[in-house]
Amino acid sequence: MTAQAPAQTDGGIRLNGLIKTFRGPHGPIHAVRGIDVSIAAGETAALLGPNGAGKSTTIDMMLGLSKPDGGTVTVFGRPPREAVDAGLIGAMLQSGALIRDVSVRELVTMMASLYPDPMDVDEALEVTGLKAMASQRTQKLSGGETQRARFALAIVSNPELLVLDEPTVAMDVEGRREFWSIMRAFAARGRTVLFATHYLEEADANADRAILMAHGRVVADGPTTEIKARVGRRTLRATLEDVDPSTLACLPGVASAERHGDAVILSCTDSDQAIRALLERYPAARDIEITGGSLEEAFLELTGEPDDEVSELVAP
Amino acid sequence: MSGLAYTRFELVRTFRNRRFYIFSIGIPILLYWVIAAPQHNKIITGTAFTYGIYYMVSLASFGTMMSMLSTGARIAGERQVGWTRQLRISPLSVRAYFRAKILTAYAMALLSLCLLYISGAILGASLPAERWLEMTGLIVIALVPLAALGILVGHLITTDSAGPAMGGLVTFLALLGGTYFPITGGVLHTIGQLLPSWWLVQAGHIALHGRGWPVRGWITVLAWTAILATGAGWAYRRDTTKV
Repeated sequence: MTAQAPAQTDGGIRLNGLIKTFRGPHGPIHAVRGIDVSIAAGETAALLGPNGAGKSTTIDMMLGLSKPDGGTVTVFGRPPREAVDAGLIGAMLQSGALIRDVSVRELVTMMASLYPDPMDVDEALEVTGLKAMASQRTQKLSGGETQRARFALAIVSNPELLVLDEPTVAMDVEGRREFWSIMRAFAARGRTVLFATHYLEEADANADRAILMAHGRVVADGPTTEIKARVGRRTLRATLEDVDPSTLACLPGVASAERHGDAVILSCTDSDQAIRALLERYPAARDIEITGGSLEEAFLELTGEPDDEVSELVAP
Repeated sequence: MSGLAYTRFELVRTFRNRRFYIFSIGIPILLYWVIAAPQHNKIITGTAFTYGIYYMVSLASFGTMMSMLSTGARIAGERQVGWTRQLRISPLSVRAYFRAKILTAYAMALLSLCLLYISGAILGASLPAERWLEMTGLIVIALVPLAALGILVGHLITTDSAGPAMGGLVTFLALLGGTYFPITGGVLHTIGQLLPSWWLVQAGHIALHGRGWPVRGWITVLAWTAILATGAGWAYRRDTTKV
């Protein structure tokens, strides 16, 4: 790929005090409530959050598809629309199918023709694994192939910024694995990548940084390892009478503990360590269940929403 | 250059969709043969024209209008699958997008017109060459506001409302424009003359009586072009959300 003049990607992506409100049937819906994020050129960042967190709304504003009600967005120092017109952005939007009656190659070729410095069409088909079905009509593709063709449309523009909004939704396990390996190869060319997902594992495996969103706000932002430690907790549930939760919270691998009647619920940073320690010290513990904490629960905790269980948590 | 590639792409795509052009081009031709063929040389009572020529001219305006408005149904379909949003985040200009849509609609309309002329010739409709030319020229001009209307409607409706919306609009414009039967007086006449479709029908009638548009016709067509083109631009710009 040709080296871009550094000035073209100066400034990375900046979101300052971004606000977006929609009119809803029961009053205004505050989709995005003030977001400040900067993403440096060359970074791969994940926008992580449950459905309704405001990820797609944020992406729409970043792509110039929607106007913020407050705040500003700049992409490489320019307003989004200008960055789009300059061919700096390639994106795979959430959901959506392909138009009919064209072959995969015709579709990708047409898209490439719109950009100043596109990727070779054969290369785009090759890396997305569409070579074998290049002459197929788009309406004949399977769900996973359609997603790959949409991905080819995004990368054939050879963009400085690649935006992917929940790209793996229609894919099976194998499809996902392939998809992310192509994405990482693209990011390795020094391009900036931002993807939205509600899977912590996807963010962890494919991004340098995760930006956690909930209820239209950024609730945590940092290296994925750090985020994973904060939200990737498992819950250990056991029946165990007469032990003070604050004592349990001190067990290795346990972040916090609470009691519900005879049951204790331990939030674990390392559930393997926690269960060994628990059974060693309290052989009476029984009915043990270990579950992966859902992202939604973690978000509730991080956002500090008024919630009985959260307020009962006992810190170690 | 990029815009031209998109226009070519649109043309290829449109003419591959057989169902689409069989219905939008085939129906006027079929109607013509059904109505005119059995009695093509017979003079319509009260006029000086044969069935062959009268219905060729009437269906020319109906067929070309359908081609223009069918753009709307196609755009609604493209929006439904998210293609319009995908194009929005590419450097394709608004101008190139409109050009492709308009040229594709015209390609359909001209094909429809040619097939009707050929059918007319087969059924014995004959006209001096300059009448054919003048009629065709004015039809092409009268279709400009309708091309804009197709785009405008396409960005406002959804696929499930496309059928009734398009059917209703074509019927309304054709009826008040005087396609189905001549409107010679009264309120309908006054209203009809304010519509672009009226002048499309009048353009066809040049073949019959050889009179071009009065100034009023030109002004009406121009005014509708300005209004509908502005509307189409507005509808396209605001249409950025998921459908």
